[in-house]
Amino acid sequence: MTTTYAPAPARQTRAASPHRAERGRAGRRRQLIWIAEHAVAVGLACAFIGPIVFIFLTSVMTDGQSLTTSLWPHHWQWSNYRTVFSTAPIGTWLANTVIYAVAATATTLLSSVPIAYALARLRFKGRNTAFLCVITMMMLPPQVLVIPMYLMWARLHLTGTIWPLVLPSLFGDAFSVFLLRQFLLTVPEDYLNAARIDGCGELRVLTRVVLPMMRPALVAVGLFSFFNAWNDYYGPLIYTGETPAHWTLALGLATFKTSHAVQWNLTMAATLIAMAPVIIVFFFAQKAFIEGVTLTGVKG
Amino acid sequence: MATQLQLAPAPLRTRVRRNRLRVLLFLAPGLVGFAVFLVYPLVMTVWLSFTNSNMISQAQFVGLRNYRYLLDGDPLIRHAIRNTAWLVVIMVPAQVLFALGVAMVTARLKAGASVFRTLFYLPALAPPVAATVAFVCMFNPNSGPVNRILGLLGIHGPLWFNSPDWSKPALTLLALWGSGTMMVIFLAALLEVPAELYEAAELDGAGPWHRFRYVTLPTISPVVLFATVTGVIAGLQYFTQAMVASQVANGNIQPAPGYPDGSTLTFPQQLYIAGFNQFHAGYACALAVVLFVVAMAFTVVLLRRASGFDIEESPR
Repeated sequence: MTTTYAPAPARQTRAASPHRAERGRAGRRRQLIWIAEHAVAVGLACAFIGPIVFIFLTSVMTDGQSLTTSLWPHHWQWSNYRTVFSTAPIGTWLANTVIYAVAATATTLLSSVPIAYALARLRFKGRNTAFLCVITMMMLPPQVLVIPMYLMWARLHLTGTIWPLVLPSLFGDAFSVFLLRQFLLTVPEDYLNAARIDGCGELRVLTRVVLPMMRPALVAVGLFSFFNAWNDYYGPLIYTGETPAHWTLALGLATFKTSHAVQWNLTMAATLIAMAPVIIVFFFAQKAFIEGVTLTGVKG
Repeated sequence: MATQLQLAPAPLRTRVRRNRLRVLLFLAPGLVGFAVFLVYPLVMTVWLSFTNSNMISQAQFVGLRNYRYLLDGDPLIRHAIRNTAWLVVIMVPAQVLFALGVAMVTARLKAGASVFRTLFYLPALAPPVAATVAFVCMFNPNSGPVNRILGLLGIHGPLWFNSPDWSKPALTLLALWGSGTMMVIFLAALLEVPAELYEAAELDGAGPWHRFRYVTLPTISPVVLFATVTGVIAGLQYFTQAMVASQVANGNIQPAPGYPDGSTLTFPQQLYIAGFNQFHAGYACALAVVLFVVAMAFTVVLLRRASGFDIEESPR
């Protein structure tokens, strides 16, 4: 059978009758893109998780092996974790860190909720100015204020303790206030008005109506406060630097390699001890965390 | 005012006064905190920057001497300013671009998207000190796995944290590893770009680059600006990683800020050394004033441009 070719415009052909071959090509192309994207993602995942795996593997190596380039432990020396606790006062540092993190989280939540509520839900003159002040505090590098702050705490004889780290959050934490305010703006006014019409004062509206709705935001703010304190190095360095008994894990870890052990295996065991709680808590509270991060970057 | 009139029957003046009292009650901790932990120390920083305070004896007014020393006298300030500028100009944009790239890949993933998201975000949580110690170990020229892997590829790896040329790039890699927070923010913004816009652009014959340039970028640009400015402000405060990396890489019991060769000495570190090692509190405060002015300039840019804060929006 002979056919005369009347070359139709390619576009029309594709639109009118999608040939199987062509559809197959497009499908294969889509498949390839799918594979490429996931390959990139797997590569990235390896790069992101690699260091954590490396820390773990090194932490169970013998002293000798940790100084070589080999990656897999020949002999799994789990006793390194016990040794770490006896070579350095890690137990004390850990306890200090937990106290600091728990106390800072509790005080932050207690003080920041009412401030955020007022900024988001009460009408008053200068509310925008007040909110600008919160942003300014949030954006201000702590180093700008550190000298007078140190002098102030020294005059109160509180340097060398963790009080200068915890007490300020009793008066609100700018970042937490900001995050809570962004969340509170999303609560429908009708709920609040219903409670007000029923005769609730603002305090009752806050505690009975708003607080139960705020649980995700409270969890996110609590986690952020906890990890900020847990990860803090600058504050403990300034205020407890001279008193090793009051050091936190971050501060102890920074000096660990140089002053207590030259071995990388013990250093990595200590590193993992500092990281582990963060990772474990994250896996339990992932959703709250991601919501909190998202809330900061995007319009509330 | 009008809506409140309908709600409460009490006379206007009483209600205004009661409202003011209530607001004060809610804001009380914040107002105290603002005064004691921001206004007071800020005023004191400015005042001390004009004195020869050494934290112990009575400070004396010395005029602009600290600022003059800052401009030409301090032998280390050049390092401090140059390194901090390097971090702000190179590390922060690298971090923004990397986070945006990872977010764009993540946004397109279909299989296992949430697993990948979790894995990409996880390093952002690692305590900075722990992450830095681990990176110094990994980039150790003799025993670290990074140079070993580079060696397998036929590349002779640099000295990383022990080389003045490579210490800041090594810190940048550390920053990229921990840029998950920015990535999550970008991802959320990308997922909110309306699909209709992409469809419309595709109908108009826009290729992937044009779709990114004319649809994605304009929609997420406020978020990118927000991330960039907060990144710059974090870059201006860069302290912990530089301090710990130089200390661990140096391997000496004595801290060695800026090791090697002052290549990691940042502005806040110079402030710390001046104040807490050399007890030149007055000079440290002059450095703090400079830091304050620069950080506030960036904050003003952010407030002017980013819609992320939406200050004027009233509660719905």
